[in-house]
Amino acid sequence: MKTLNRRDFGVAVIAAMLLPATTARAADDMEVHIDNFVFQPAELKIKTGTTVTWTNRDDIPHTVVSAGKFRSKTMDTDDKFSFTFTNAGDYKYFCSLHPHMTGMIKVE
Amino acid sequence: MSGHDHGDDGVSRRKVLECMTWAGTGVLWTVTGGVPRSLGIIDSAQAATAAAPGMTFLQISDSHVGFDKPANPNALGTLEEAVNKINAMPAKPSFMIHTGDITHLSKAAEFDNADRIISQSKLDVHYVPGEHDFLDEEVKFYRERYGRGTKGQGWYSFDAGGVHFIGLVNVVDLKAGGLGNLGAEQLAWLEDDLRGKSQSTPIVLFAHIPLWTVYPEWGWGTEDGGRALEYVKGFGSVTVLNGHIHQVMQKVEGNVTFHTARSTAFPQPAPGAAPSPGPMKVEDAKLRSMLGVASVNFKQNEQRLAIIDTPLQG
Repeated sequence: MKTLNRRDFGVAVIAAMLLPATTARAADDMEVHIDNFVFQPAELKIKTGTTVTWTNRDDIPHTVVSAGKFRSKTMDTDDKFSFTFTNAGDYKYFCSLHPHMTGMIKVE
Repeated sequence: MSGHDHGDDGVSRRKVLECMTWAGTGVLWTVTGGVPRSLGIIDSAQAATAAAPGMTFLQISDSHVGFDKPANPNALGTLEEAVNKINAMPAKPSFMIHTGDITHLSKAAEFDNADRIISQSKLDVHYVPGEHDFLDEEVKFYRERYGRGTKGQGWYSFDAGGVHFIGLVNVVDLKAGGLGNLGAEQLAWLEDDLRGKSQSTPIVLFAHIPLWTVYPEWGWGTEDGGRALEYVKGFGSVTVLNGHIHQVMQKVEGNVTFHTARSTAFPQPAPGAAPSPGPMKVEDAKLRSMLGVASVNFKQNEQRLAIIDTPLQG
């Protein structure tokens, strides 16, 4: 289950039921949490094909934006955003509402 | 605070600055030649304002309509309390400015609810957006409601009571790792807007994020705010009014007075006093002492400007 946005949850559940359990979620999918206006971990090293899911655990909305690469909708408390990295490279990202919040995904 | 002298030279600047930052209740400030003086506690201050001729306007900020987290489960309710407080003021203000974060998530219903409550003040309201007002997918709700007649992302100026007011937008196109942002287009407009103005014209700049650097570690400042302040440097009386940090903070530099207003929704911690600038949960009994509005009085003949911060309670 790669996406857990509230809106997409139902779709994701159905997709998971239709797919074999082993492909519903890759073993090396990664998580980033937002706590106290900080991305944790701030830097993540992953392999191509990995899906990263960000979860906002603050009482304030945040976003995840990497210029020209990916951009989440506004995530309210407990909302999630997922992105699958298919190309190697360094992906700097930040919260467009609180730009002092920055993070990095290194894909090899 | 009640011991402060109401006379001419009763309070040292150091003492005043202490009071400004830490006063738990509202204090009236007057500015003469760029140096503010305390005129006393809130009740006598209000009385002085009520008796004084000149123009009074209100600042309301960070109403975050739609916020329902533990720090204040009913932000719409405390906004209504603030408006009731405004309606009960002894002298009716000329108008109101709202320094942004009207809503929490830029939902149409949040804007509608905010407008329903704020309009009960029956005052003209001049808005600038906060970052929470530009969150809808098409970024259109704020502009449809408040953007008419404005330039660029929503900046504008107007004159009232002999004062030149400038509403700026510093919540758009923020850069990774940076602070608030005005941008080249807006700065060029500002320079042009001020061109030809007499330097004796009192200037009020208002924007959501502080134009001065309060605490960069939490993003509390504006990357190119210094550029805007360069343009107003030559003016005899400049007042900069901001929100965003949900607490009263003031500083004076030359002829420029910087002031931030309380939120009507929830308090935020003092700089560095908590792990993050997020909503601060306080005892229920204490919440309303940390929310409120500001009123600003300008007397043309005496060239002084006074800011009163009024908490919802206490």
